[in-house]
Amino acid sequence: MQFTRRETLALGAGAALMTVLPYRANAAVEDFVNEFTGGAEVAEGGVDLIAPEIAENGNTVPIEVAAEGASAIMVLAAGNPTPPVATFNFGPLAGASRAATRIRLAQTQDVIAIAKLADGSFARTSSLVKVTIGGCGG
Amino acid sequence: MKRMALTAAIALLAAPALAGGADDDTLVVNGEIEMTTKADAPDHLEGALDQVISGWHFRSDETQQLQTDDFENQGMIFVDAAYDAWNTVEGTEEKSCASCHDSPEDSMEGVRAVYPKWNEEAGEVRTLAQQINACRTERMGAEPYGYTSGEMANMEALISVQSRGMPMNVAIDGPVRETWEQGKEMYYTRYGQLELACASCHEQNYGNYIRADHLSQGQTNGFPVYRLKNAKLNTTHARFKGCVRDTRAETFQPGSPEFVALELYVASRGNGLSVEAPSVRN
Amino acid sequence: MASGVRPRVKVPRSASAGETITIKTLISHQMESGQRKDSDGNTIPRSIINRFVVDFNGENVLDVKMEPAISTNPYFEFEAKVPESGDFHFTWYDDDGSVYEDTQTIEVS
Repeated sequence: MQFTRRETLALGAGAALMTVLPYRANAAVEDFVNEFTGGAEVAEGGVDLIAPEIAENGNTVPIEVAAEGASAIMVLAAGNPTPPVATFNFGPLAGASRAATRIRLAQTQDVIAIAKLADGSFARTSSLVKVTIGGCGG
Repeated sequence: MKRMALTAAIALLAAPALAGGADDDTLVVNGEIEMTTKADAPDHLEGALDQVISGWHFRSDETQQLQTDDFENQGMIFVDAAYDAWNTVEGTEEKSCASCHDSPEDSMEGVRAVYPKWNEEAGEVRTLAQQINACRTERMGAEPYGYTSGEMANMEALISVQSRGMPMNVAIDGPVRETWEQGKEMYYTRYGQLELACASCHEQNYGNYIRADHLSQGQTNGFPVYRLKNAKLNTTHARFKGCVRDTRAETFQPGSPEFVALELYVASRGNGLSVEAPSVRN
Repeated sequence: MASGVRPRVKVPRSASAGETITIKTLISHQMESGQRKDSDGNTIPRSIINRFVVDFNGENVLDVKMEPAISTNPYFEFEAKVPESGDFHFTWYDDDGSVYEDTQTIEVS
């Protein structure tokens, strides 16, 4: 089998794209993180994220986030087609910087929570949620 | 951290359950309705099952929790929608459900627990869905709901809520006996290219995995059920249809005499379990 | 999506001054993600509730930016401080411009 120069270039570009693609999702996540933090440093820990280890259905996955004194908490799903899930902004009458909701996860992936703490610093945690496929289609 | 406290409470109650098997959690809704989710099997199941178990026990703690509070149970949104339908005048007779039945709290208590049941006037076994449509066409002069439509599922849920916590108590003797026997025959008949009977999965293999999921006993006490999968209420006959389809068979139609008979039989297998509808499943 | 959307809100009827209470909200909404295709292979356009705001007597409790990854029939649970008697005001903002509202009164003793 012989390739023309153009075909060889195309193949090379395809291979390069395939190498890059798996990292694109993570790059997108970091973009969203930077947008939220303004590029500030983010400490690991200091924010609670409760999510199931195994989700029975990815369509409705209960999660809860909390970080003492945080003014905002952003939730990202690294493996979704679009990573943003929600940003909770806590007002002066919030009883605690805590919220629970239900989210969609397209596949097994890391769910990430980033909190803007009272002193203006940022904290981050993540949790791997395994998404299973049900037994029956109906 | 209320959720954390609740999760911890569930974990404490749970015995080390075998993979996929029914757990030992207890279901209390709104902190007041204590559900019977395990019961001695009714006499007619002698030799088949010792205990009947709600599908709630086969779900994860996270899914189970969604059914413990009416403001977490997304199925309750559809009960609210059915309250509007209940009070809406429709049809040539210019009546609503409320015209004859007043409030569902007063008139519908216990109804869900005894359906399907014999209708003397019509001389047939009727499901709750068929009775709702009989009311619509004969009393209201309105169009019937689609058998597995959202409107039907919602109305069934509204009526079921009035019986939550009451034991399923479907009659199997007397005039319904012939239909019940037909349903039993179907339950043990292998259908489709995969040659599966209801019993293959839900009597012989409940608690075992089917792919990444756990098989339940296939009880009907939680129907209509809010499924996380499609985020709406699902009816018994839609579930039957999905099951038969999954055996790779031509399915019976929702509302068909075959599925009415099967519903009567399957409902009777859950006699003693609490009405849970609208339940929450995956 | 303005039809059939209905909020469901749980707020305690009473509390003591300064108490922290738990609030739960549910609203019926398809939350069409913009990722799905119809049977002809055409992408179904995004149509979601994109913001949820809770105020008490005009002061903010919670302001959520919602994305398509929030499940159908959105649910939220959160906590609020109640300094005095008054009204909780809940507002959901739809992509299509619709606004869904609910108000709950709480007595503080």
